Amino acid sequence: MRIHPEVFVTRTLMSGNEAVARGAWEAGVAVGVGYPGTPSTEVLENLVGYEDVRCEWAPNEKVAAEVAGGVSLGGRRVLVTMKHVGLNVAADPLHTQAYTGVNGGLVYLVADDPGMHSSQNEQDTRNHAHGARVPVLEPSDSQEALEFVRRAFELSETFDTPVIVRMTTRVSHAKTLVEAGERAVPAPKAYAKDPSKYVMMPGMARARRVELGARLERLEAHACSAHENRIEMRDAGLGVITSGIAYQYVREALPDASVLKLGLSVPVPSELVREFAASVERVAVIEELEPFLAMRVRALGIEPVDTGLAEWGELSPAKIARAFGAPEIPVRKPIDGLPPRPPLLCPGCPHRGVFYALGRMRAVVTGDIGCYTLAALPPLKAMDSCVCMGAGIGMAHGMALAEGTTAPVVAVIGDSTFAHSGLTGLLHLAYNNSGGTVVILDNRTTAMTGHQGNPVSGIAITGEPAPAIDLEAVCAALGVSSVRTVDPNRIDETLEALKAAVAEPVLSVVIAKAPCALIVREHPDPYAVDEELCTKCGACVRLGCPAISRDESGRAVIDTSLCVGCAQCVQVCRYDAIVQVGPSCDIGGGL
Amino acid sequence: MSVTTVMLAGVGGQGTILAGDVLAKVAVAEGLEVKLSEVHGMAQRGGSVDTIVRFGDAVYAPVIDPGVADHLIAFEVIEGARALPMLRPGGRLVVNRRMIAPLPVLSGDLPEPEDLEPALRAAGAVLLDAEALACEAGSPRSANVVLLGAASYGLPFAESTWKTVIEGRVPKRTVDANLRAFQLGRDACAEGVCEL
Ligand SMILES: Cc1ncc(C[n+]2csc(CCOP(=O)(O)OP(=O)(O)O)c2C)c(N)n1
Repeated sequence: MRIHPEVFVTRTLMSGNEAVARGAWEAGVAVGVGYPGTPSTEVLENLVGYEDVRCEWAPNEKVAAEVAGGVSLGGRRVLVTMKHVGLNVAADPLHTQAYTGVNGGLVYLVADDPGMHSSQNEQDTRNHAHGARVPVLEPSDSQEALEFVRRAFELSETFDTPVIVRMTTRVSHAKTLVEAGERAVPAPKAYAKDPSKYVMMPGMARARRVELGARLERLEAHACSAHENRIEMRDAGLGVITSGIAYQYVREALPDASVLKLGLSVPVPSELVREFAASVERVAVIEELEPFLAMRVRALGIEPVDTGLAEWGELSPAKIARAFGAPEIPVRKPIDGLPPRPPLLCPGCPHRGVFYALGRMRAVVTGDIGCYTLAALPPLKAMDSCVCMGAGIGMAHGMALAEGTTAPVVAVIGDSTFAHSGLTGLLHLAYNNSGGTVVILDNRTTAMTGHQGNPVSGIAITGEPAPAIDLEAVCAALGVSSVRTVDPNRIDETLEALKAAVAEPVLSVVIAKAPCALIVREHPDPYAVDEELCTKCGACVRLGCPAISRDESGRAVIDTSLCVGCAQCVQVCRYDAIVQVGPSCDIGGGL
Repeated sequence: MSVTTVMLAGVGGQGTILAGDVLAKVAVAEGLEVKLSEVHGMAQRGGSVDTIVRFGDAVYAPVIDPGVADHLIAFEVIEGARALPMLRPGGRLVVNRRMIAPLPVLSGDLPEPEDLEPALRAAGAVLLDAEALACEAGSPRSANVVLLGAASYGLPFAESTWKTVIEGRVPKRTVDANLRAFQLGRDACAEGVCEL
């Protein structure tokens, strides 16, 4: 095999998210703003590395979208990033920004998660886009991610509309080869006062609503000839209409089929679809998640073949090939009886102490989203609900109103999640005289999505220090009279504080404050089990620490290479069998 | 060149993702079309981590169905056994002889799986102790590079390309140890029964 130096030099491997950041930079964005969420997070984390772009983490997606709206109004290009559920939070600004249109280009980067690799639900962002009447570009690899983001800014300014670039997990996280370009910054647009366009009150909004419909028609006409939408004629027997990652699967599974690839998929280009359908014998629609394109194709009076492919989860080449009668691929027999490997709270995770205590109290825990959701799994099993960011606080109050349980009901929420949407929930409880208890798990970071700074930790996206909110003062200002701060690594102290809090008739907050074990640089020495003192009672094992196991005889064993010395296990051992030992050695460094 | 698929299966923290990155860069350096895929998120918290690298003249899907991988490099035995159906019959299987017990086993809720090596051997596995070879190379943390060396034996890339990419990817002071680790992994396979 020969080395082609020119290929090596000009094309580099980039994840879809890296390519989006590159594309935004090339398009001359002035600002990138968003809230973390898998699989979208790395977009902003990469964009912040480029010069001349101001990047900010927002407390939530709604605020991010509003900041973006302001940048646009001020005449500069702006990228706003989020995961699919983030667009639920930002849906309010989006739906009216669609009316106002833009000044500087306004692009939403929204990443869907088919198959729910790291999400609480599975949504198809094209539905939001359809509802808001804004166009969608769907890249199918990193090169397209870069190009489509650039195009999205042009479309935004040409058609005076916010534009959504819809990614999915595989497009965001797969690395494919990219040819990058140069940055070209368009001249900033002047801000001109125009209430009929930007002040959406009934009289003006009605006129804009008419324009919104007309704009969508213009966009559809454009989509029929846009180069993102292309017909690849091969065998005319079968024509597949597809978009996004599904295009790649179709090419692999049905190499001979003709394809209408929709890169600009919303609004669906009716004329192009008709033209394609007329040029093939049978039409199939293959898309990941909802039958979004299929419904619109049907509405044109074209009946696609019934593929039987599911409307949820991820597609794959084999699923598609099978739907078209290909023989099964021979597959080896699985080996039975393998233990599952669920994700876990890390050794030394400070959340563990809180959930151990809540378990001891037999509390009903209305939870939230973050690393701490893992406490719902065995052995802790200390969470009763997880719905959406911020939900636990309102739900705890609702549970109390329902009087359905005699157990103490405790809401638990992470620091980033509290800043995202816990403040308003807590305000509701204070305002409505709740006697409930809310625990804020302040681990000084947004751990779940990869340790982003947030307004509680006081670290900006650049890594620089930023003003941090004082949780105690904020709670007091919202009207919470009982606020305690504890170190969750001290289990007795945490348990006592929680018991006292739930016993009070007034609204109480317990702030469990200790840094995530993964952001602490220097750890105390690890611990080990004294074999003679261990009674095999299993108390330490029930903490669910990955560093603690049992040997064949049932005795506890601590893996000193994993232990970070949090000493939570020391406190639950009634036989003083866990003792501190010297550090384990670790030499050298690998990749 | 038709598409070749290599799957790297392991546990969060074992360096599978970085190993996949090196492999992908080697394929790029040899002028091929490449796609690399990995899953982030929940998987990072000690869960299973699978990385897939596909290369050839034209690569479409970044992920694969069961029965499609040509090579499976398992960084851990349970994950190797779990990923086995991904490997096509006749595909090449390299397994690190290390077991990392998952939490349900650690806590005693589930029994430790019986010795998986016979089943893996029956599936054609070449087994090696990457940690021991990494220590021999002088850097215990280069086990992933040992496994890359093992993988490299069955892949159509020049040894010099591997070495150039590894050199560019590891901390300066560990270059020698990592190159030794690579060679030890490669040699271990050359001695074994690693024919495709
Ligand atoms: C609306 C919305 N945006 C983003 C996410 C992605 N997400 C899940 S958990 C999380 C952060 C949790 O951070 P924190 O509350 O500090 O808890 P930690 O993980 O640090 O324990 C994020 C951003 C989401 N699920 N929903």
